Amino acid sequence: MIRFESVTKRYPDGTVAVDGLSLEMPDRSITVLVGPSGCGKTTSLRMVNRMIEPTGGRILLDGADLREQPVHGLRRSMGYVIQHAGLFPHRTVADNIATVPRLLGWDRRRARARSLELMERVGLDTAMAGRYPYQLSGGQQQRVGVARALAADPPVLLMDEPFSAVDPVVRKGLQEELLRIQAELGKTIVFVTHDIDEAIRLGDMVAVLRTGGRLAQFAPPDRLLSAPADAFVEDFLGADRGIRRLSFFAASGLELTTAPVVRDDAPAGDPAGAAADRGGAPYLLVTDAEGRPLGWADPARRAAGDRELVPYGRTFEAGRGSLRSALDSAVLSPTGWAVGVDGDGRVVGVASQEAVAAAIRAAHAAGRYPEAEGADDADARDGGAPEGTEPAGVA
Amino acid sequence: MNLLHFVTDFFGRSGQWHGYDGIPQRLAEHLEYSLLALLLAAAVALPVGLVTGHTGRGGNALAMLATAGRALPSFGLLVLLFTVMGLGLAPVMIPLVVLAVPPILVTTYEAVRSVDRAPVDAARGMGMGPARVLFQVELPVALPLILSGLRSAAVQIVSTATIAAYVSFGGLGRYIIDGLYQRDYTKVVGGAVLVAALALATLGLFRLAARFAVSPGVRRS
Repeated sequence: MIRFESVTKRYPDGTVAVDGLSLEMPDRSITVLVGPSGCGKTTSLRMVNRMIEPTGGRILLDGADLREQPVHGLRRSMGYVIQHAGLFPHRTVADNIATVPRLLGWDRRRARARSLELMERVGLDTAMAGRYPYQLSGGQQQRVGVARALAADPPVLLMDEPFSAVDPVVRKGLQEELLRIQAELGKTIVFVTHDIDEAIRLGDMVAVLRTGGRLAQFAPPDRLLSAPADAFVEDFLGADRGIRRLSFFAASGLELTTAPVVRDDAPAGDPAGAAADRGGAPYLLVTDAEGRPLGWADPARRAAGDRELVPYGRTFEAGRGSLRSALDSAVLSPTGWAVGVDGDGRVVGVASQEAVAAAIRAAHAAGRYPEAEGADDADARDGGAPEGTEPAGVA
Repeated sequence: MNLLHFVTDFFGRSGQWHGYDGIPQRLAEHLEYSLLALLLAAAVALPVGLVTGHTGRGGNALAMLATAGRALPSFGLLVLLFTVMGLGLAPVMIPLVVLAVPPILVTTYEAVRSVDRAPVDAARGMGMGPARVLFQVELPVALPLILSGLRSAAVQIVSTATIAAYVSFGGLGRYIIDGLYQRDYTKVVGGAVLVAALALATLGLFRLAARFAVSPGVRRS
């Protein structure tokens, strides 16, 4: 565990970069430091590997003051990833990754084997081992940067805006990769970003810092969205935090109906069939023989032989998706009904916007927070308590 | 008689290829002075340039020193030192070293200072000490520029080393100085052509050295 105790960094000219920062970064989880420029987030990160020394307070790693440890040894025991990767341009990919192992005195053969192993872990083709950094794309360079940081298997990983210089599509891929690697390796990661969405996506805990280096709030992302500590945090979180918070609620709580789902090769059925027979849906969802959605059809016109279909919009994954994706699917659908699919894209069932709304209310009522004791005031703040009493999942 | 005749005449003369005034002997002397001067200049300028570039301090002092060094006329310095110190290798070496130090010093300083800060920061953050950062990161990345500084210093030394002959030393300058005294213009032109050819060969040599010493990862720029 990394523990900040009233850490302050004041420069000789009087500028205060970090002001009395106290927080605990739990082991084997991602702690994100986020805030506007000048909030001291990078300074705080660089104090962990002593690239910057605090002028007040102390930082403890597993209970031991960082200042008591030899600085180079300390740095070699912490992976370090920076913006633009900072690869050594004169060294090949494999040699870049082998930097810390070589510093630690590993022999060439072992360091190289480790490099290749890590390339695979971060999703790089090992055929690139002999390439130089200029021959790689920005995203590939950053993967090498992550592999280099992981090379000596350090328990701690420091990441300073590692993904902010790549385009959004590549960034999303790198974020997913980091979460996957973290699920496998369980490092204690300190991650700095100015992007609140990235913080919420990656962080197990998020520290929001304000200009002048003061801690505004330290909480899990879900809690940050539901209960911002003050106007600054709320403003920093930006618009539609209510919608974004839905990504922390599983769509599995949403009740799906299969009543309006028909296979394309099925007989047309009774045109006069009551809407109730279709689970209240005004349309039929037509699927192919494998059960993959094709589109919505008007029951009366379909009975009359009209095969035209209305597009079904976007599906959501019923098992693993979030209520946010379910809501998105319902809003995007021309019929107002969300289409839930399984991992192979086969229809599991559909749900109306009303059903999604009910599931959202139910989820809010249940107050699914990682830290249960904090849930009560969060819900009060949301104003979700009164509606939350309604029965869940009326589809 | 045109220039080409001077040249063919010079290289066709009997006795030109052996003896104490033969081309191989003079070439060897010239190379000896040049190499010695370059080594001395590099021994002074490289460490200073590397350290100041690494720390990023002392740039202004370096620029002033370099300008002063460039303003000194090599020939004038040679004559002055010769009158003060008398006959010896030092009055020849000092002007050549003074000539070569500024380009090596300034380019080395600039080359190291302009190395991208991201890899340097990464190197420090991964636990490299100052010496490792300098020799494992900054030097290899700055090497193409550092070599270009050495190269221009070497070419200037090779062409200026002719002045050694003025104070009774050998080298290719012998042909030019003696030729002027003897009004033997064939000799003057021949000596000048040899010096020019040696300067070009020096350029080629540095190009070759860069190919072997510089990593392909930084060579492309």
